[in-house]
Amino acid sequence: MLKYVIKRIINLIPVLIVLTLLVFLLMYLTPGDPALLKLASQGANITDELLQMEREAMGLNDPFFVRYFDWVFGILHGDFGTSYIDGNPILPKLMTALGYTIKLAAASTIVSVVVAIPIGVFTAVKKDSIPDNIIRIFTFIGNAMPNFLISLLLMYLFCIKVNLFPVISKGDFKGLILPAAALAIPMASKFARQTRADVLAQLDEEYVIGMHARGVKERVILYRNVLHNALGSIVTVISLQIRTLLGGSVVIETIFRWPGVGSLIIDSINGRDYPTVQGVVLILATIQVLINLLTDISYCIIDKRIELE
Amino acid sequence: MAATATVKNGAAKPAKQLSKKQLKKLKMKRKAIILGIIVLVVLILSFFAPYFVPNDPYASNPTMMKQPPSAQFWFGTDHLGRCVFSRVLAGARTSIFATLVLVIISFIIGTAIGIICGYYGGAVDNILMRITDILLSLPQMVLAIAVAGILGGSLTNALIAIGVTSWTSYARLARSHTMRIKNLPYINSCRLTGSSDINILFHHVLPNLIGPMLVNATLEIGTTMLSIAGLSFLGLGVAPPAAEWGSMVSEGRPYLQLAPWTVFAPAVAILIAVMLFNYFGESVCDVANDV
Repeated sequence: MLKYVIKRIINLIPVLIVLTLLVFLLMYLTPGDPALLKLASQGANITDELLQMEREAMGLNDPFFVRYFDWVFGILHGDFGTSYIDGNPILPKLMTALGYTIKLAAASTIVSVVVAIPIGVFTAVKKDSIPDNIIRIFTFIGNAMPNFLISLLLMYLFCIKVNLFPVISKGDFKGLILPAAALAIPMASKFARQTRADVLAQLDEEYVIGMHARGVKERVILYRNVLHNALGSIVTVISLQIRTLLGGSVVIETIFRWPGVGSLIIDSINGRDYPTVQGVVLILATIQVLINLLTDISYCIIDKRIELE
Repeated sequence: MAATATVKNGAAKPAKQLSKKQLKKLKMKRKAIILGIIVLVVLILSFFAPYFVPNDPYASNPTMMKQPPSAQFWFGTDHLGRCVFSRVLAGARTSIFATLVLVIISFIIGTAIGIICGYYGGAVDNILMRITDILLSLPQMVLAIAVAGILGGSLTNALIAIGVTSWTSYARLARSHTMRIKNLPYINSCRLTGSSDINILFHHVLPNLIGPMLVNATLEIGTTMLSIAGLSFLGLGVAPPAAEWGSMVSEGRPYLQLAPWTVFAPAVAILIAVMLFNYFGESVCDVANDV
């Protein structure tokens, strides 16, 4: 187990190297002169001399790999560069925003897991009954809904028709409910469908019939054995969903003005503040890579039969 | 009636025992075919939609701003007095065909890379598969937002931004199928008869993996459509005033309170299209897995 974890962590190194190269390249290929952009967004009076000085100061005259290593070296020391717009370091802004996004992502993931797994088990047990069919229609729709439709629908119903929540979230608990719900609905639909399919597949297995024959209680079979065996693929879907979650939160955060990384990246793109965009992408991608690692490790905790190689 | 008649002669009896399973199979097939026809009709209609819109989708009318749905304007008018119904129809072509173009391009590129990696193996395979591993492990939408944001908002750039990562799933699938197929005896006998690699790849490998690849492609249509609409909604895809569902929702958003139809008509259009493609993809997948 420990050996496997260490091996996986060593495997992360090339991934992170390529990741940083990719994110750096993104910035490198940006159309336009960064020095000009920076000076323009600070409203400076641009002269050729000033431009040259700024280029030198930003290290734009250095070769590609020197710039790349400077950048990576900075990041390893917690220096993500400075924003073009206000000249402040990016890291503190990024961390505040990240805190908000993690709050939102965690709330919606927990809600959807808690709601969806019992629904999935229920619909699998009551297969083809009326509640099953109704729930299946809802999860099918929830699965296909664009996240901005859910957000705008929730906003229309609960902020405009019934004045329950503020339209612009201030980052407090009341403002968390709607964006979290908007993220949770498609996720819960996916989880419920997956749980139903996995539990159904397990119910066909012979050990279930055997347990029934031995007179084991239905509930014990379901929650002790069937769900436990189905957990592996449910965890896969959850970890895959986190990828979608990070992207979806960009849309939802901009709609509800939730001050997370999604709002940050869109504001930075609109303000042509590319170092911030770079920082956000790097942080989110790193989080995703770490989640993938945790998922793989959790497989061997859930199912000891999985080969560690 | 015919079934009961054939039961009487003994030879048809085993056929009757199988009939329940066969019936299910046939029903599944029928469902897939019906959905396929619906999809085809939608594709044809959306392609010709710009020619039978009731009103000009781009003509603004200051006297008819934010009108609720009426007989003349089925889905009402937007903040510039444009007919939302006409715009939804006109937008169908952009939204659906942009999705199909992206799916087809990533399908072709991904399959080509996957086949080459799977067939030849070696260093190229190693490098390309590490790249797909890394791309698959990143949040795709975030990457697409960053790429589209830096390239600037346009439909082509949005397609490039999503395309950067979308080919990977095809490449992995094609690779694993190629690796399975290339060790089959008939490929070895092809080699013995002196067929060239290109001949083997095009005439023997490709036809045998195209089925599962197409199933994967139909399953991807819905997600791809949502990604494109999401980018357009964020202002990183199709730019206004062009009629496209995602950018229409984005344009109507400030008027959510006064004219909710400008937001919900295009958004529901996306929902219905995605549901249709998902349903089609799932039923095709069911039929394919069953055979």
